[in-house]
Amino acid sequence: MIAALIARDVHRGSTGATWIPAAFFLLVVALIPFAVGPDAEVLQRVGPGVLWIAALTSALLPIERLIEPDRADGVLDQLAVRGMAEESMAFAKIIAHWLTFGPLLLIAAIPGSALLAMSGESLVRTEIALAVGSVGLASLAVAVAAVTSGFARSGSLASLLLLPLAIPLLIFGAAASAGGHPSALPLEAAVSLLLIAGAPFVAGAAIRAART
Amino acid sequence: MTALLRFDGVTLRRGGRLLFEDLDLALGPGEALRIVGPNGSGKSSLIRLAAGLLREERGQVDRAPFTLADDQAALDRELPLGRAIGFWGGSPGPAMEKLGISHLADVPVRLLSSGQLKRATLARAAASGTFLWLLDEPLNALDSDGVERLSNLVTEHRASGGAVLAASHQSLAGDWRGLELGE
Repeated sequence: MIAALIARDVHRGSTGATWIPAAFFLLVVALIPFAVGPDAEVLQRVGPGVLWIAALTSALLPIERLIEPDRADGVLDQLAVRGMAEESMAFAKIIAHWLTFGPLLLIAAIPGSALLAMSGESLVRTEIALAVGSVGLASLAVAVAAVTSGFARSGSLASLLLLPLAIPLLIFGAAASAGGHPSALPLEAAVSLLLIAGAPFVAGAAIRAART
Repeated sequence: MTALLRFDGVTLRRGGRLLFEDLDLALGPGEALRIVGPNGSGKSSLIRLAAGLLREERGQVDRAPFTLADDQAALDRELPLGRAIGFWGGSPGPAMEKLGISHLADVPVRLLSSGQLKRATLARAAASGTFLWLLDEPLNALDSDGVERLSNLVTEHRASGGAVLAASHQSLAGDWRGLELGE
């Protein structure tokens, strides 16, 4: 059942507007040279941090369609009727969300790094950090989507919730991308693991609470 | 005879409001029970409690494997109807045939009328192959042909040992026990 749900969500995601977060990510990155000027040295220095800010903001875009449509349409109820735990539903949604969000983001980071005049070495470090961080970001997005589902204007509320919670990921992720302290990447991975381990329980409880 | 659904002294409260108290009911194979009562008397809540989607405050609910059809279709809007129902497993073909929606199998769910969507929801439930059916307002949006098809389906289901718990303002064909809420 979990596999079927993942396959369904990936299919739904990939027939919809999957490319929008990646396109938004690139657009934000493309704006930076206009804002700070075309000085390659400056761009190189801010590059990894800019990619992270762009990744965080683009992660906000799909939140509203992660949980709410399935809650409103009774899909979550029908899964529960078939004996699926709410935590399993949330876990499947995290996996499916990452599959439609993570890889495209990593691909978009390649032209993004070129726009910021980043070196190949810097790009590789950023790709690794983004790959690790996007898992945590996808978990956080699903948890926040579940907590805010059913509220009016849940999208803006979700942004307010997600961004502060993503700060640890941003700190360690950006540091790992910039080739800072060598323990930045392990710490980022730890935050990501914490998020993917905790998010299904938060989201599961939120889905149950939304029924009463 | 073992009951497919049994409530023992069940009390349900929602949002601080007591909907019913010390409710006992048992539904055995071949039986059908229709819940009636004014709007807001807790009919849908009783169905959702029977489905395990709400928790009883006191008492105990025992249920056999079941299927639930309510106002929410739980069918992917972009998919053709046949595939959307197929996601939920079972064998939807015969149920779709009996509810007269076989010809819609290739039509995307988002293009269906509300009556067609109701038939599809009922077909999804009927296709599950479980003995206990929980139906919340199954007649909403159905035309006379749909009502007749559903009645035949329910009769057939009961004849083969199934049980039905339905919340409905309109009466359904056949021999139903009644339970009135909100007195």
